[in-house]
Amino acid sequence: MESISVDVAIIGAGGAGLRAALALAEAAPKLRIALISKVYPMRSHTCAAEGGAAGVIKPDDSLEHHFNDTVGGGDWLCDQDAVQYLVQEAPKELVQLEHWGCPWSRAPDGSVAVRPFGGMKKERTWFAADKSGFHILHTLFQTSLQFPSIERFDEYYATELLVDEGRCRGLTAIEMRSGQMRRFDARAVIIAAGGAGRMFAFTTNGAIKTGDGMALAYRAGVPLKDMEFVQYHPTGLPSTGTLLTEACRGEGGVLVNKHGRRYLQDYAMGPETPIGKPVFKTMELGPRDRLSQAFWHEERKGNTVPTPWGECVLLDMRHLGEKKIDERLPLVRDLSISYMGVDPVKDPVPVRPVVHYMMGGIHTDTRAATPLAGLFAAGECACVSINGANRLGSNSLTELLVFGRRAALSALEFIEKNETPNPCVAQAEAAQARIRARFQRSGGTESVAGLRREMMQTMERHAGIYRTGEGLAEACAKLAELRRRYAAVELHDKTNVYNTDLLQVLELGSMLDCAEAVAASAAARKESRGAHQRLDYAERDDASYLKHSLAWYRGAGPPRVDYCDVVITKSKPGVRDYSGAHA
Amino acid sequence: MIQLEVLRYNPETDAEPRMQRYEVPYREDWVVLDALNHVKENLDPTLSYRWSCHMAVCGSCGMMINGEPRLACKSFLREYRGVIRVEPLAHFPIERDLVTVMDDFMGKLARVKPYLIPKHEKPLAEGEYRQTPAELKKFKQYSMCINCMLCYAACPEYGLIPNYIGPAAIALAHRYNQDSRDGGRAERQEEIAATEGAWDCSFVGACSEVCPEHVDPAGAIQQVKIKSTLDWYKEHLMPWLK
Repeated sequence: MESISVDVAIIGAGGAGLRAALALAEAAPKLRIALISKVYPMRSHTCAAEGGAAGVIKPDDSLEHHFNDTVGGGDWLCDQDAVQYLVQEAPKELVQLEHWGCPWSRAPDGSVAVRPFGGMKKERTWFAADKSGFHILHTLFQTSLQFPSIERFDEYYATELLVDEGRCRGLTAIEMRSGQMRRFDARAVIIAAGGAGRMFAFTTNGAIKTGDGMALAYRAGVPLKDMEFVQYHPTGLPSTGTLLTEACRGEGGVLVNKHGRRYLQDYAMGPETPIGKPVFKTMELGPRDRLSQAFWHEERKGNTVPTPWGECVLLDMRHLGEKKIDERLPLVRDLSISYMGVDPVKDPVPVRPVVHYMMGGIHTDTRAATPLAGLFAAGECACVSINGANRLGSNSLTELLVFGRRAALSALEFIEKNETPNPCVAQAEAAQARIRARFQRSGGTESVAGLRREMMQTMERHAGIYRTGEGLAEACAKLAELRRRYAAVELHDKTNVYNTDLLQVLELGSMLDCAEAVAASAAARKESRGAHQRLDYAERDDASYLKHSLAWYRGAGPPRVDYCDVVITKSKPGVRDYSGAHA
Repeated sequence: MIQLEVLRYNPETDAEPRMQRYEVPYREDWVVLDALNHVKENLDPTLSYRWSCHMAVCGSCGMMINGEPRLACKSFLREYRGVIRVEPLAHFPIERDLVTVMDDFMGKLARVKPYLIPKHEKPLAEGEYRQTPAELKKFKQYSMCINCMLCYAACPEYGLIPNYIGPAAIALAHRYNQDSRDGGRAERQEEIAATEGAWDCSFVGACSEVCPEHVDPAGAIQQVKIKSTLDWYKEHLMPWLK
């Protein structure tokens, strides 16, 4: 097997991976950096983020406010030292992007413009119209082209981490073009491979978001933290699950039910605010978990609007006018017209909650280090944890910048202190043999598409906005069954070049492992907090569950779930108040 | 039901590309990508193509649909009558089925230095560069390129002269040249104004017509040509202006 020897291998070339690569290239120009991704960098899902990135910049705002909004928004499950680091580094990172050319939208005086976002007390979301993630990704990618030390391995699918004597020493990856496996010997590895939303049937996530990075770490013995916290974004297009950014509401759009009532006032987010004059942290600017939960209740009460794709509420932006919509929300207009046939300038757009983001992920500390020596993680695949039980919109783009860079600096520090390890030749060969075995097997009885469908239905049915112990137990049993049946998946395509049949088999394996971690962690958490709502345990229970869950991989069996403490520095758990009372 | 005719080519098993027909359900709200996914999931797991976002922003799913370069995620079945023919993007080598080899484009993109070369270095501590909305507007359109490469598939010049650096790369160079923060035009100009740069464009304008993001690379190329001409006059006829 061909081997490639580098100082740092980065798995994933989206926002976090590129930011890490840039930090390494700048800090140590002689470093050999491998940027490995199953897709070309500009295809990474960071490109689909619309609304913007949070960072304190206005004189009436403060780091304290950003901290408090984030910790309260996360229902006190955030590690407060990590949040402190996030809010303090955020403005620097966003200015850095500006210096790299990111086309942030501007105020008339030429300073960077900011917009309001859900759960945020002040305007602090930097944006590039409604294609913020796209511009961040392309700015990072294009900037990376000037650094010869960043060697890209585009369309390489990482299959396993190579671990020996308690240290991560590299990885194996399949080059899609040739189908050949390569061994990457690395002194440190950073995983920045994104989320796992595709385990659900209805999601904003692109096809590539299959939890591969999470599964790599998980199988190597690193726990997945807080996996039960899955974010539903309240406003997706019902036809395709396409995201309509929270900026629709930040700019003044409102949500109404079939009676034309702004129903959020009925769920402790009122009183109603004047149309076109959004008020911070209330009504449509409440947090995503609360808004998605309000939808669930509206649907049960029969207040929703039926569409061919299911029940919806209406997102009304008409009062913003064509000029503002075209300037601030051009993509939203285009997507609504293209995929729903509704022009938001003329009509309200039907929307419903849709799986959007994994708050949980690879367990890391504030240095973006995992418990496995030499392994670091950042971005959606990681849980550092700044999002707690519910992420605030516009914190994730900031997170991938701040902790992408942090992971790079920690990796650098690590390799300066540690000897170059010996390559894991035998392990890599075993990894290759496992893939080859799939090619040799015949007479499989299961199809990728069939198992995937069953997994998605299971997650949608039992691990959605509201959960029950009974439903989760059923999900755990079903996922265990699917993982068993997965062994009998038939590979139809036994050729080497760009074999997407194989790719989908491997991706399904990642998703099943992540899904089982979600279901097991959700079943174990007998309380309701943030995005994890249990009908059978409706209250938050700080005495028992002000803790991070950790799901540990146990081979063929279900994961073991235990807990670790939440870091609380200055904000004691309190009441999340999104009523007008706080204003 | 509708008929989908898809180009198949596996370099390991096929001597040359062939067309394969699939029958897929017709749905009013389906795009061609949905039809391909239906094939992949239900009819033929061996079909290979790239896709991810299904919202025309990741740029993965560019392909020829009835002979025209399009994003499969934004081409609705309802736009077509009869058999829908799906082929890999023209002018690129086929890697497998609908998957093309992108090396040429990736190399060209890097060559035009598509990153900010600051006019004035500014420490981070001093905050952002000021840029008015009017200054932003001068380049914003050219920054919208999703690298889907439809413009290369549409460009007759690129088809004839593979060394031509091509529409998207020139548009991105132009994007940075037009940025009020940038001072790198001279460096980029060496690349794009060279023989195989902008001068090769015969201004058919096909690139701008197929661009799903309305970047207007043809407009960028013409502006680059005008600027290069001015450079030449300045250098050769009016050296005192330098």
